[in-house]
Amino acid sequence: MTDLIRLIPIPAWMASTAAALIQCLLCLVVALCAAVIFIWLERKVAARIQDRLGPTRVGGRFGWLQPPADGIKLLCKEDLIPAAADGPLFRVAPYISFCATLCVFLAMPFSSVAAADGKVVSSWVALPLNIAAFFVLAVASMEVFGVILGGYASGSKWSLYGAMRAAAQVISYEIPLALSVVVIVLITGTMDLAVIGNGQSGWFWNWNLFHDPFTFVTFFVFATCALANTNRAPFDLPEAESELVAGFLTEYSGFRWVYFFMGEYAAMFLICGLGCILFLGGWNGPVPVCQWLGLAPNATGVGGWINDVGNWVTSRVGITTRIEFATWLGNLLGALNFITKAVLGATCMIWTRWTLPRLRIDQVMTTCLKYCVPIASAMMAGAMVYSYGFPEGLVRHVLKALGILA
Amino acid sequence: MNNGMNWNTLYFLVFAALACFSAVAVVVSSNIVRMACWLIVSLAAVAALFFLADAEFVGAVQLMVYVGGTMVLLIFGVMLTARGPFVSMKIGAGQWVVATVAAGALLIVLLQAALSTFNRGESTLPRPSIANKNSRELTAPGRQSPDYSSTEQLGLGLMGVRVDSLSEPDPVRRGGMAGYLLPFEIISVHLVVVLIGAAYLARARRRITPRTWMGVRPSGVEE
Repeated sequence: MTDLIRLIPIPAWMASTAAALIQCLLCLVVALCAAVIFIWLERKVAARIQDRLGPTRVGGRFGWLQPPADGIKLLCKEDLIPAAADGPLFRVAPYISFCATLCVFLAMPFSSVAAADGKVVSSWVALPLNIAAFFVLAVASMEVFGVILGGYASGSKWSLYGAMRAAAQVISYEIPLALSVVVIVLITGTMDLAVIGNGQSGWFWNWNLFHDPFTFVTFFVFATCALANTNRAPFDLPEAESELVAGFLTEYSGFRWVYFFMGEYAAMFLICGLGCILFLGGWNGPVPVCQWLGLAPNATGVGGWINDVGNWVTSRVGITTRIEFATWLGNLLGALNFITKAVLGATCMIWTRWTLPRLRIDQVMTTCLKYCVPIASAMMAGAMVYSYGFPEGLVRHVLKALGILA
Repeated sequence: MNNGMNWNTLYFLVFAALACFSAVAVVVSSNIVRMACWLIVSLAAVAALFFLADAEFVGAVQLMVYVGGTMVLLIFGVMLTARGPFVSMKIGAGQWVVATVAAGALLIVLLQAALSTFNRGESTLPRPSIANKNSRELTAPGRQSPDYSSTEQLGLGLMGVRVDSLSEPDPVRRGGMAGYLLPFEIISVHLVVVLIGAAYLARARRRITPRTWMGVRPSGVEE
């Protein structure tokens, strides 16, 4: 981003401001696109699972204009505030929920390219933090504040019930979620998501998922907690439309309701992305395409020939500044890979939602406190011991023992 | 500070003003839930100030511990104990006097501490501003030396090893730079005691039926 803006002759402060604005805008666009696409996907997947067709008419055969049509409909709705509601808090709650989710996008790397020594050369992230994993968890936990506030300020019993359920659920599930993130932080030795992702480059057996049996189990704990933390079925008790009308959303309509939903779907993308980076290699595919193209770490540094070709082309059109084309291309492929994985993860979440029935609140608590927390703790202890025995991971170790891998 | 435009100062002023305003609003407002909300805004603004000062770890801890903690306080302390909806608090004149004296004394102490720090004014440390940070990335693609020292030193300090004591020339002062293992352990034991105590106080007084699995009770058993 910044090195492209540098090509335009403007003062440094203007360039940095423009870069910051563009990065924020990109985060916003990704969040909104994720929301719009997932809402469409949710309808289609739900329909297919229930042996229906789903939206078919708006915008052609696949109903791909359904989300914009929904948006226009919701914008035209009356903005109701119940007489019993606490007005200002009722108004501000959806924005808190959405903004918290949006802030997490700042620290989420979409792609990264490292040099041969593991040093980060360039990453596609708005805010490179060395504690990104912690930041993501801390800021993502703010989202529930909007839910609680909205539920409380609605002045309705259904809403308050929904908010209380959300509070109990999300605050409980944060513990196993954080513990399962700690397992990965432990074996990688860093909280920088870019470094964690880069450490899994190459074939899929380098993924943290296959690092050892403990991380493999931890992934499923993480997936369960991810479902619960985004209030998705089978953990959608805060909404529970068959019991609580619509839970904390009961009194919301129109655009404020849209904000809650955009926040929820963007959070789905985020938690899937976090899972991808921590366990599924992030931007490193199952097959090392970037290495084959010479875009990823190798002995001679980051891709020489692509840079030469690219800069020869740009010098023809009169741009003299050298541009790191290989890094750009590597990041682009990585970002596509990452987004594909995150969308697949979200599809699995949708699939789960329409497959499993909703849990009761006591079952939700049992799952968290009696299963997820002990399992995650045991996995942490196990991974701690294991990483001394096989620091390179199980699959790599076996392959080396068999002589397949050098 | 390049070309008269300093985003750091601007953001500092915005977030500092927000923190102060919402801190005053906590005191002024009478609705207890609104108070908690203003407190959360104030604490979040302080977290933003930490982020602005490149202390991301402290900022994230502020969000996780203080803002998250206030949120839990809001829910379990305020919402579940309030008797009616939207409870307002009435404060008598005597309480105002006591509160003013206590707060004034605290303010004087804090001001004294803030004004007595040596080396006020321009910092001598080379701290990159936001603009500088971006221009650094403009000149060199990526970070030259990723700075992981802060969290690593913190972690080692909590384990009882102070890395910064290696560069301390004075052996007497070096001897005083012990790690934080003991305080850390004392606090964790203390917190466990508090947790068990809270669970004991809040325990449900009801008969425990032998056959409860996943919360499913045999029929006919009263809660």
